[in-house]
Amino acid sequence: MNMLVCIKQVPDTTEIKINPETNTLIRDGVPSIVNPFDAYALECAAKVKDANPGSKVVVCTMGPEQAKVALKECLSVGADKAYLISGREFGGSDTLATGYALSQATKKMEELEGKFDIIFCGKQAIDGDTAQVGPQMAENLDYPQVTYAYEAWVQENGTVKVKKEVEEGFEMLELPLPCVLTVTKPDYEPRYATIKSKMAANKAVIPVLSAQDFELDLAQVGLKNSPTRVKKTFTPPRKSGGIVIKEETNEDSAKKLFELLREKNII
Amino acid sequence: MDFNFTSMEQDVIDMLEDFCINEVKPLAAELDEQERFPVETLEKLSEMGMMGMYIPEEYGGAGLSYNTYTAANEIINKYCASTGCMVEVHGSLVTWPLLTYGNEAQKQKYLPKMASGELLGAFGLTEPGAGSDSSGQKTTAVDKGDYYLLNGTKQFITNGYYAGLYLVFAMTDKEQGNKGISCFLVEKGWEGFSFGTKEKKMGIHGTSTYELVFEDVKVPKENLLGKEGDGFKIAMTTLDGGRISIAAQGVGIAQGALNELIPVIKARKQFGRTIASFQNTQFKVAEMQTDIDAARLLVYRASQMKQDHKRCVKEAAMAKYYATKVANDVTRMCLQLAGGIGYTREYPFERMMRDAKITEIYEGTNEIQRIIIAGELGIR
Amino acid sequence: MGFPLEAKTKDLWVFIETLHGKARNVGLELLNPGRRLADIQGGNVTAVVIGYNCDEAVKDAIAYGADKVYVMDAPVYDHYTTEAYTAAFVQLVEKDCPTTVLLGASNTGRDLGPRLAGRLRTGLTADCTALDIDEASGNVAWTRPAFGGNLMATILCPNHRPQIGTCRPGVFKKIERNDTRTAEIVKDDFVFPAEQIRVKLLEVLHEAGEKVDLEGAEIIVSGGRGVGGPEGFAPVRALASALGGVTGSSRAAVDAGWIPHSHQVGQTGKTVGPKLYVACGISGAIQHLAGMGSSETIVCINKDADANIFSVADFGVVGNLFEVLPVLTDLVNKSKG
Repeated sequence: MNMLVCIKQVPDTTEIKINPETNTLIRDGVPSIVNPFDAYALECAAKVKDANPGSKVVVCTMGPEQAKVALKECLSVGADKAYLISGREFGGSDTLATGYALSQATKKMEELEGKFDIIFCGKQAIDGDTAQVGPQMAENLDYPQVTYAYEAWVQENGTVKVKKEVEEGFEMLELPLPCVLTVTKPDYEPRYATIKSKMAANKAVIPVLSAQDFELDLAQVGLKNSPTRVKKTFTPPRKSGGIVIKEETNEDSAKKLFELLREKNII
Repeated sequence: MDFNFTSMEQDVIDMLEDFCINEVKPLAAELDEQERFPVETLEKLSEMGMMGMYIPEEYGGAGLSYNTYTAANEIINKYCASTGCMVEVHGSLVTWPLLTYGNEAQKQKYLPKMASGELLGAFGLTEPGAGSDSSGQKTTAVDKGDYYLLNGTKQFITNGYYAGLYLVFAMTDKEQGNKGISCFLVEKGWEGFSFGTKEKKMGIHGTSTYELVFEDVKVPKENLLGKEGDGFKIAMTTLDGGRISIAAQGVGIAQGALNELIPVIKARKQFGRTIASFQNTQFKVAEMQTDIDAARLLVYRASQMKQDHKRCVKEAAMAKYYATKVANDVTRMCLQLAGGIGYTREYPFERMMRDAKITEIYEGTNEIQRIIIAGELGIR
Repeated sequence: MGFPLEAKTKDLWVFIETLHGKARNVGLELLNPGRRLADIQGGNVTAVVIGYNCDEAVKDAIAYGADKVYVMDAPVYDHYTTEAYTAAFVQLVEKDCPTTVLLGASNTGRDLGPRLAGRLRTGLTADCTALDIDEASGNVAWTRPAFGGNLMATILCPNHRPQIGTCRPGVFKKIERNDTRTAEIVKDDFVFPAEQIRVKLLEVLHEAGEKVDLEGAEIIVSGGRGVGGPEGFAPVRALASALGGVTGSSRAAVDAGWIPHSHQVGQTGKTVGPKLYVACGISGAIQHLAGMGSSETIVCINKDADANIFSVADFGVVGNLFEVLPVLTDLVNKSKG
């Protein structure tokens, strides 16, 4: 299997704090991490690789030079090759523009690495939570897709079987290659790097694909060619003045809570 | 503090820290409570290649620097001293002498398996009657031509039950005292080699500490490490390195306790204000961090000398003496500042305090360390 | 046809997701804000019902506010598939391009929405929690959380039509049902060829017993590390069942193996917006708050008064959940008579 995993370097949103005076995000000093869902996508691909000897996992991201750190992280936990897609032309791209650019870059990477059988993405990125780039790549490439994928198995008949998470539980689906899978949080954890894989990743040279390196309609990428615009951002109002209940006994506390909830017609 | 780690070394250090937060820390209380050896952590560390981090690549290791190994010791012990012991004994007390004194055949035979974690190492020097004074060895190895016949009992052996390769010291020539001690590579499962009682300890409950019993164990000639009579030298130089690791363990335990304390004193209130807002707390925290940093500097000085193959008898002893004292002072003070909850097993302070105590005792008591330091200063 | 399209009407379309011919709540909910936006824009609210044997869903759509209903009713739409639904929806849009399309941010809506926007080469704003009309431009102002709920962003799609958005289930409430309403029903006979569907459904593996529709739930009772073990979820489940709600959990409890991941609320779990969220023994890590912070009323029960969860709770009980929950459950059961 020849697989591509598209990842994004994101700020660790759990480390983001609000400046209480200006009520704005403090982004300084917030560490950058590989988007957790992308890490699951990579693990999902790595499991397919383990089960199908001779497979290859290529990882790519669109972002600034610093995103190489995230790619190296991926190289230490299952990826064999990494590409950075970078250039100011891509700056400010929304999901449609990003999906387009990644689809075009994919065609270029296929010239270098061979045709990809499966393209993996995380279900969504934790900074934007948009969950769109994967399906839009599938649309651009005219591939079938499964979103909320949990685990994937390549079958002897050349199709891939995918366990998908739905509201009611799971579905088992089958689809032909090539295809796009977007991965949700599964019941397995991404593997740890080994010292040797970490050292190899540290030494790895990551090729950069710029807008000039592949066929790209510049009128479809970047901030000004993105259909959606951010009008404003603001920090959500914080709740305040919650009622704390601490009666003599737990039983009394429970009664008090019940009364309050009844009073406010909540239950 | 910047100890000039390369970006590659720093990557490995960060990776280990991440691993410890996710895998070692959550297990620490359970290992302590159940007095259980962390088999699963050993497996994972082995897979990651951590058990052979400074073994040269030609023997299947990662070939990292000694300082990186020292940093690894500090990090693991921040989260769990029992897990730290497992790694330290394997790395400092078995890997190092094998690398230093082993012949090529011995290295080829054992190091790759030690690097992969397939063989865990244990160090058998202490006996019921020979602790600080190793010349009191009662274990004997008698030359029988094709093999040595090993008899005796070793006590307080860390990694005891779970190890696969044991460095065992025994008298080959009683007349010669320390100069009559030799060192042998003994494999688990050899006929006549069995385990005695498991020790019940105050702390480091997650270590497997056993008595080793040797009854007419036939040790092949090729498993003599160094030459006959080299045992004392091997033990002492090995313990120089061990002391650096124990010192790193002390720094780790102390830093771990202080790191655990900070959120507690920020959150807990007495007299309507946080514990952290009292000046006494601030003084204590400042003193503790200063002491830990001072200890850390001593540790890395000794580690750097070891890395550069310089003689570091005094520096290793100083680091061990000071850092383990700091570990005890800091864990005790952290428990005190945490107050009543610090005394409960809900919080890690009492465990860390119990774990810290052993660092002043094993691999040369702190009394011995001070004798060594004084001796190095020409005071005998 | 050249994309993006130009709007042919001032209408707003709402995708009515169906399951076995019945409308799911999320679509019906969206008719409410849809109504409001359409009124400002001077257009109709059109429900788009795709499914099989979905007369009931059509009726519901009308009762909950649709002025017009497009129906595609065929066996091929019985089970949601990306390919058939995308093609069907795009085909409708090509005929009668509206100004705005709303979909639920459900598993289906989040699968279909981006594929639709991709084919129509237009903008999609995902996971909205508030909808308005931007006064200056007349465009829809889509407001959505980002950075794990730490930041809200208002997004416009000024030059591309239709403007598409997915909205979180449970955020908007259905209008009161009115079965006397009438609406124009337009049946569309476009049938996607079943043999062209590349993704085949092999098997449905639904969790035995409990249904875990956290996203659609009005009441959620969640347990965290504080419940102490799998058996600690018993009182949590009991309250959920007494309240007619769903059992949720924090990541800690899932990672400990006490409850399946399908129950997890938070950044790497589900994002929920129930009327009532009861957090039991949950410390309130930011990842968890990101998943439930938009709940209407938040109650927490925790023995640690300093736990972060109290900072978002409307009612916070400091106490032992194992003693508080049974009493509360009992009171709830009694009040039902």
